[in-house]
Parts: sequence; C-alpha cells; structure tokens
Amino acid sequence: MNLQYIADGLLLGATIGLGAIGLTLTYSILRFANFTQGDLMSWGAYLTLTLAGAIGGALSGEVLPLGPFSFGWPILLAGLIAMGLTGLLALLLDQLLFRRLRRHGSAIVMVIASFGASMALRSLLEFIYTPQPLYFTQNLQIARRLGVGIRLTPDQLAMLGLTAILVVALHLLLTRSHIGRAMRAAAENPALAEITGIDVAQVVRITWLIGGALASAAGVMIGLTVQIRPYMGFDLLLPLFAAAILGGIGSIPGAIVGGLVVGLAESLGVLVVGAEYRAAISFAVLILLLLFRPTGLFGSRD
Amino acid sequence: MSAALLEVVDLVAGYEPGLPILRGASLHAAAREIVVLLGPNGAGKSTLIKAIAGVVPASAGRVLLAGEEITRLPAHRMTRHRLGFVPQTENVFNRMTVEENLVLAGFLLAGTERRRQIEALYAFFPDLARQRRLPARRLSGGQRQMLAIARALMISPRVLMLDEPSAGLSPRLVESVFAKLVEIRDSDVAIILVEQNARAALAIGDRAYVMVEGRERHEAPAAILRDDPQLARLYLGGAP
Repeated sequence: MNLQYIADGLLLGATIGLGAIGLTLTYSILRFANFTQGDLMSWGAYLTLTLAGAIGGALSGEVLPLGPFSFGWPILLAGLIAMGLTGLLALLLDQLLFRRLRRHGSAIVMVIASFGASMALRSLLEFIYTPQPLYFTQNLQIARRLGVGIRLTPDQLAMLGLTAILVVALHLLLTRSHIGRAMRAAAENPALAEITGIDVAQVVRITWLIGGALASAAGVMIGLTVQIRPYMGFDLLLPLFAAAILGGIGSIPGAIVGGLVVGLAESLGVLVVGAEYRAAISFAVLILLLLFRPTGLFGSRD
Repeated sequence: MSAALLEVVDLVAGYEPGLPILRGASLHAAAREIVVLLGPNGAGKSTLIKAIAGVVPASAGRVLLAGEEITRLPAHRMTRHRLGFVPQTENVFNRMTVEENLVLAGFLLAGTERRRQIEALYAFFPDLARQRRLPARRLSGGQRQMLAIARALMISPRVLMLDEPSAGLSPRLVESVFAKLVEIRDSDVAIILVEQNARAALAIGDRAYVMVEGRERHEAPAAILRDDPQLARLYLGGAP
C-alpha cells in the first residue's frame, strides 16, 4: 500500500479535526448543532486573503516567502487577525440570532436557524468574492521526499505542525486555566456552574470566539493547501459532523482523533471505491457510527 | 440574640410567572446558627433557598445579607457575597477530579490563598484528600456530599444553604455529614438546612421553621419542635 495516502489522509484529517473542535465545543455548551461552522472556515480563509492583500498593498513591495514555504509573513499576520475577526463574527451571529432563539426556541428552530445562517454566510461570500476559486499564492511548491514513499510540501508540514500547536494550546487552556475549567463546568452542568459563581453567558461568548478562531485557522489551512472557494467549508460540514460524533460529541481529543479517522477513511477509501465516491465516505462513516456506536468512540454517557 | 445575618422578607417566587410556589415567605438567620426548614412536600422549602440563591426568580420581596440587598442578583453573583448553596442533586462536577472541583469553586481567590483553602478543606474532609485525583463521579454517595459541601465552602461563606443533604445516605453517613455541619456552624457560619429527615435535622438545629403552602407557618427553637408530637404529625409528613 502507498503510504502517501496515509499522509494525505492525516493532512485532511488534521483540518477536519480542527473544524470539528469548534463544532464539539458549541455543541457541548449550547446543545446545539452549529451548521455555520463550515462557513466560518470559508470566512476565515477569505478574511485572511483580503487582509494579506491589504498588508501587502500597504508595504508596496515584493514580500519574500518565508524559508521553504509558499507564503510570507503578511499571510501569517493576516491569518492571526482573521482568527480574531472570525471569532467575532461567530459571536455576532450568536448575539443577533442564536441567543434570542435559545431563550424560547425549540431544538428544531435552532437547527433550521443555523442552517439558514450558514446559507446566508455562504451567499455573502459568493456575492463579495464571486464563486471563482482564489489562491493565497501563485508560487508552486515542490513536494519533498520524506522517505518511506511519502512526499509532502513544506506548507503541508507547516499545517500539520500548526494543528498540533493549536490542539495542545487548547488542551492546556481547558485543563489548566480558569476559563477552560469554567467551559468544562458549563458544558457538564450549567446550573451548578452558575451556583459556583461562573457567568455562563460569558462562557458561551468565549466559546464562540474560540470556535470561530479555530474554524478560521482550519479554513486558512485548506486555502493554503487546496484553494479558496465560498463552498470550501460547507463541503466539509459532513466530515466535520462525522469527526465530532465519531470522537464523542463534546470531547476535544475525540474531535481530533475523529478528524484523523475520517480523513484517513476518505483518503484510503478512494483506493477501494474510486475518487468519484470520495464525498460519500464520511457519510458512510457517519451512518455506521450512528447505527453502532451513537455515543462515539470517546463519548461518555454521564 | 445576635443580629440577623440573612434576612428574607415576604419573598414571592416560582418557576412560571403567575404561579408562585413561594407566597410571601420570611425568615432570618444569624451567624453560628443552624436554621432548619421543615414541612410537607410542595411547601416551598427548596424553592425558598433556591430563590435566596438566585436560582429561582423572585417576583416580590427582599433578601438582605448583612444589611445589603441581594434580591434578584443572578446566581453567579452570590459567591461574591459569600452566600454558599449546595443543591440536592447533581451538586458536583462529575467529569472533573475532586481537586478540579475545588480549584474551580475557588476561582475568586488568589493562587496561594486558594491553595491554603483547599488544604484546609482536605484536613476537614480527610476522605477527599485521599481521593483528590479521582473524577467526582467515582466517589461514593457520602464522599460526593462531602465534596458538594467542600465546593460551597471554598468561598468561606457567611451563609451556607443546603437542600436535603441527607437524601440517599445511610443513617451512619447522615450522622457524619451532620456532624460536619455543626463544626461549620461553629466556625461562625449561618446554616440554612432544608430537610425531609426532620428528626436528624432537629437534632443539630438551633431553630426551625415549619413551612406550609409557600409560607412559614411556625417558628420555634429546634428543641421544642423535637418534643412536640402534634407538630410532627401535622407538618412533618407523618414522621414519628
């Protein structure tokens, strides 16, 4: 078997996992399936592109790529700012729409509202940027041989590293900081969290910021390694849900492992069923999972 | 008699507007005093302490803590006023360790002070010290109740309210939990105790209210209620 498929699967899986973390966070604290998570990824990529263009324009000169990578520091800086902006966009969406519906809406109203918001976010991107695919850079990257039959571009390696850093940072936040403990407390038992002195509404706001920021990072990763399209995030929504549910909804490590499993399944499944059925693979994973282990691999029943 | 630390005046509260469960209840509690709330099911005992804690919205009446009005403050503000509340069920964070439960509850304290408070509580509840790295869901019923109380004690409450802490515990465990409550009272805390187990509660209580239909109907020293068979038959749900 070709190990290249495994490397590709891990790369795809890391992106899916990063997006799935946002999904699992908002679900565990708000008990709500957030369909806009994919579109927040697209928004992150487009915001980064626009900001990087603005930074490049302000410098009015050629910015050299960093080391072996295809991108220069303006994209890194833009990516960081876009994480904040996408987080704010997610927060805005919650304050304008979801928070009001949460007060008296039923679960089905929330799902339909998030589906509508997802469509609106996507259409807005098509309106502003047109459906034509865009690229962060025109530089071609040569994949490097890493031995054992695997070739990855420096960009792809950087993306894997970035995912690892973000996941470790989030894990430390959740286990070592007050806000992380407060998020876990609000997810497990919001009423007791309030009694313990935690402002759960504040925790909800921070959750949206973090979920949006992670979606943005995942969007930039797809933009750098594939291309930027208004549908780029929405097309990943099903794998995101598959990954989040596979990992046991609410579990951060589960979301990452779920992402890797779904990514590998898509990449290796292509060998078996052919590339034209690629999109069906995460669907199949999701259906099998819901039939046989609806709490996910890491899910808890308590 | 010392001045009232907590004073509740004509409190009206309920889960739905227009359907009050609490219909103008009043009580007071002083430091170093265990006040027991008794009464039949549905009398509003639990609702009363939940309304004081800000968990159930109050539509009328006042709650004063050391003279300061805390009526209608959101529940999460109450810890800042050092008002502690131990709910009857789901009163610990099951997926967190014993230590994490305490660290979380002490987030208002500075690092060193929080550490000192946790160690003091471990000394007070030696069982918890031994289980500090265990997820709370793995604790036994008695240990979980101790953790729930320790969680509320992290803020050094001036008033500690407990909703049926004896529920589901064996008589021996009830005895040890209640012995701890006496120690807590003696450290200058006002305790409000809602209990079905009237006999055990009156044994440690200083004063008691009997609640009926959303109001306090009788107030008396616990010792007098303990020896009043008629009251027991009328209001304590048939307890002997």
